[in-house]
Amino acid sequence: MRIGVLALQGDYAAHRQALGERGIATCEVRTAADLAGLGGIVLPGGESTTMMSFLRGTPLAAALVRSIQAGMPVLATCAGVILLAREVRNPPQDSLALLDVVVERNAYGRQRESTVVPLQVEDAAALGSSTLEGVFIRAPRIVAHAPTVTVLARRGADPVLVRQGQILAATFHPELSANSPVVDRFLSLCGGAP
Amino acid sequence: MDFSSPEFRVKVGLAEMLKGGVIMDVTNAEQARIAEDAGAAAVMALERVPADIRAQGGVARMAAIDKIEEIMGAVSIPVMAKCRIGHAAEARVLEALGVDFIDESEVLTPADEENHVWKHAFTVPFVCGCRNLGEALRRIAEGAAMIRTKGEAGSGNIVEAVRHLRAVRREMRRLGTLEPEELVPAAKELQAPLELVQYVASHGRLPVPNFAAGGVATPADAALCMMLGAESVFVGSGIFKSQDPAQRARAIVRAVTHWHDPKEVLEASRGLEAAMPGLDVGALSPEEMLSRRGW
Repeated sequence: MRIGVLALQGDYAAHRQALGERGIATCEVRTAADLAGLGGIVLPGGESTTMMSFLRGTPLAAALVRSIQAGMPVLATCAGVILLAREVRNPPQDSLALLDVVVERNAYGRQRESTVVPLQVEDAAALGSSTLEGVFIRAPRIVAHAPTVTVLARRGADPVLVRQGQILAATFHPELSANSPVVDRFLSLCGGAP
Repeated sequence: MDFSSPEFRVKVGLAEMLKGGVIMDVTNAEQARIAEDAGAAAVMALERVPADIRAQGGVARMAAIDKIEEIMGAVSIPVMAKCRIGHAAEARVLEALGVDFIDESEVLTPADEENHVWKHAFTVPFVCGCRNLGEALRRIAEGAAMIRTKGEAGSGNIVEAVRHLRAVRREMRRLGTLEPEELVPAAKELQAPLELVQYVASHGRLPVPNFAAGGVATPADAALCMMLGAESVFVGSGIFKSQDPAQRARAIVRAVTHWHDPKEVLEASRGLEAAMPGLDVGALSPEEMLSRRGW
């Protein structure tokens, strides 16, 4: 199985490293053709405005939406969640609108508010772990979500790890934590080890 | 050096988020919005771009606070600002202001000719320039969360960026060929901590992201930096000193994302107006070379 990592901009190298450490083959996705034959796709952290400038109206965006609607497993982190959100605030911007959440960008503040905190796991069985570390970097906040979206972990009252179908979305960066169960959970969605 | 502390991890984390992107120098809110619309991953708030600092001379200092605030208020992407080398008080002011990254930069007039800022003492991450591996590792030892190989800022000439990118890469490759005991004299020669020299020898890379800066004027210049191992590119005067800033900014962003695909870089290069005027770096005296500042 090969996992694609969207590599328009952002921490795609960190995602490839986290997957590589688990023995998973990865490739970088920059064009629609790069999506062929993937077992799953990672939408990394970075700047959502930059990524949208490469997606808006492109064959890549159309192919990405088609693949995800057809059930390709997705791990979206931070900016990746903004790309998928049904609605984006602060400021409003367009998105792929595949995940039924409303997100507010930079909701916790600027870099000085970036932090590493322990999270409250809502469903240890679904996550495969009762503890979870959250690395938040200029993070967005999920301010509303549809009933079809399951919350797997929270920071205070805020949902920070959610699942809808084959989409696993974290407003933090599991790829920057050693051995994060979020990455393992994504791989189990993809049908691969562990 | 504890690279695994939460404080250092969130600093390097933001640097990771900026990879594969372009960080653009801007001097007002309008330029900042042009940069963001063009797909910049971050902006550097400045009073004057390096080409103007070079032309006008005098002492170049941290930008006016009102100017930086205006830019922070105009965009949603990270905002960086520069402090003078060794000017810990300017750095504290920028930290209090809430900028996302501080560039302790040779483009400004150095405040200390022996010491850089002790960056571990700050919560805001720092980026510092280097001309070689030893300089990079000394800055990381002081707490830099990102390194940028120095080009010659404000020159529109890529030659110094290439020289220093190649130097860092060559020195990293060499460390990988050495026996453990040989890393001790290598550390002595590099004037860098043994622990960091050992890290580079075993990992084949720096412990923090390595970007390129200085002299980037065209999409192909940016692509060249990526080919030589840079993980992102800073563009200073190259955008807003050109005849077509918005289009050139978009073109350079495209060339950085698709640097490995010549057809994309070709399309990015098509139809651009005149680039910024360039300088013959060889004709500059050592005192005129900004990249030589830093110890």
